[in-house]
Amino acid sequence: MTLLPSDQKSWTATQTVSAVAGGEISAEAVATHALQTVDKLDPEINAFTDVTAERALSEARAVDEAIARGEELPLAGVPYAVKNLFDMEGVTTRAGSKINRENPPASADATLVGKLKAAGAILIGGLNMGEYAYDFTGENVHDGNCLNPHDLTRMTGGSSSGSGAAAAAGMVPVTLGSDTNGSIRVPSSFCGLFGLKPTYGRLSRAGSFPFVGSLDHLGPLARSAEDLALVFDVMQGADPKDPAQADKPVLPTLPELPKGIDGLRIAVAGGYFRQKAMPEAFQAVDLIANALGAAGEIEVPEAARARASAYVITTVEGSALHLERIRTRPEDFDPDTRDRFLSGAMVPAVWVQQAQRFRSWFRAMMRELFTHVDILLAPATPFHALPSGTKTIVLDGEEMPARPNIGLFTQPISFIGLPVATVPVWLEGASLPIGVQVIAPAWREDLALRVAHHLQTTGAVSAPVAHLQ
Amino acid sequence: MSGPFDEKAHVAHMEKVMGLTVKEDWRPVVEAHVAATAKAADLVMSFPLDDELEAAPVFVP
Repeated sequence: MTLLPSDQKSWTATQTVSAVAGGEISAEAVATHALQTVDKLDPEINAFTDVTAERALSEARAVDEAIARGEELPLAGVPYAVKNLFDMEGVTTRAGSKINRENPPASADATLVGKLKAAGAILIGGLNMGEYAYDFTGENVHDGNCLNPHDLTRMTGGSSSGSGAAAAAGMVPVTLGSDTNGSIRVPSSFCGLFGLKPTYGRLSRAGSFPFVGSLDHLGPLARSAEDLALVFDVMQGADPKDPAQADKPVLPTLPELPKGIDGLRIAVAGGYFRQKAMPEAFQAVDLIANALGAAGEIEVPEAARARASAYVITTVEGSALHLERIRTRPEDFDPDTRDRFLSGAMVPAVWVQQAQRFRSWFRAMMRELFTHVDILLAPATPFHALPSGTKTIVLDGEEMPARPNIGLFTQPISFIGLPVATVPVWLEGASLPIGVQVIAPAWREDLALRVAHHLQTTGAVSAPVAHLQ
Repeated sequence: MSGPFDEKAHVAHMEKVMGLTVKEDWRPVVEAHVAATAKAADLVMSFPLDDELEAAPVFVP
């Protein structure tokens, strides 16, 4: 029962549950191994900001006792870690900032952390992130940059940087992140993972530090689509503590995966989504489109305006949230976010209200578009992971700042809250992965996960653990 | 928008209105962000919307 298999680093959550529930290994042995892996690898990667070792071992022992009593736990013994904007009881929620670490420790777990614990998962710790989630790079001046396990000279992507790095390095099979404009999908792309940004309003955000209430989502990152479905199903359910959560029935997705792509109408998003990117982004989409037999391109009208609207709403709502802090102690912010929060506090109100009204227009248009198609494919990022410290990029001959533009393909989609499964593509000869967004209609995470699972089982996409020395 | 956007004048005015501190070595970057937001807003504001189109509220009384 205490044998530690040498390949545990590459275990998925599903494999772990099978081994723990089947009595092949104890949850305590799995947790111990995960903690040892973090000790060994994290000094190089810098994914973790808090390691909850005592809690992990205590939770693991409780799982072993529950299994001995004959209880069935859907996530028995699965080690996981969370972006450090999730409340973990007894740990201060830093949200990537210096300022918030002056707060007292959280008095309770975030709703989603509580749900994972109840399902038998083992919390290993809190993960690095871009300050207050206003970031696509994974760089953080307070906690140090989180490095991409597939190439330590490159960004993880952000803002859920540690969530990408910890799963890609095999420290844990599952992590939780948040995604306002792309912060799950960007690190999934740069770190070669499956990531699920559910429909806006699907999962409770209670007990997580907010960024932009109009656009904030929470979701999982993992090395298999099946794991995304497993964890997503556990995390669903009504929670009166999140006022933006929609009144929708639970949607079990795991039983839907075997249906594959049968009957699905799949198209590539055209226009805006076929411009301003490096060749690898389009090659990855084309590879997935071919693997799925997609029926050509479909134009998504006004995507640039959707992105612009999300940009305006983000800077205004984020700055309103942080106004007192940015007024009284701007020097305590990461300079890269400080200047954006200062700028956002100066925006005329009519601009943001018009952006919110346009959101209704774009939603109506996309609802109509999704009567003709079930799945849209688009790049997750315009390129592979950038070298750390990159400040500007050139796309279609136009030089632009890197930080806000890494998410130019993710931002129009989260703007109206559509569910997306990001899938990791390894192009022939490439040393880095790149993600493709599998976009479904609102409330149909099952369709996106079916496609992602089909692509993984047919070998078109994969999320291998990074080879670290 | 009604005319060319002057991000320097906008920042100089709004930092006083909002009680913000913009140190001189931060100013060029803040102005660049304000200009980028104005450019995005230009795209948003130039799109004709029907009068009855409302923002989607989540407020439930």
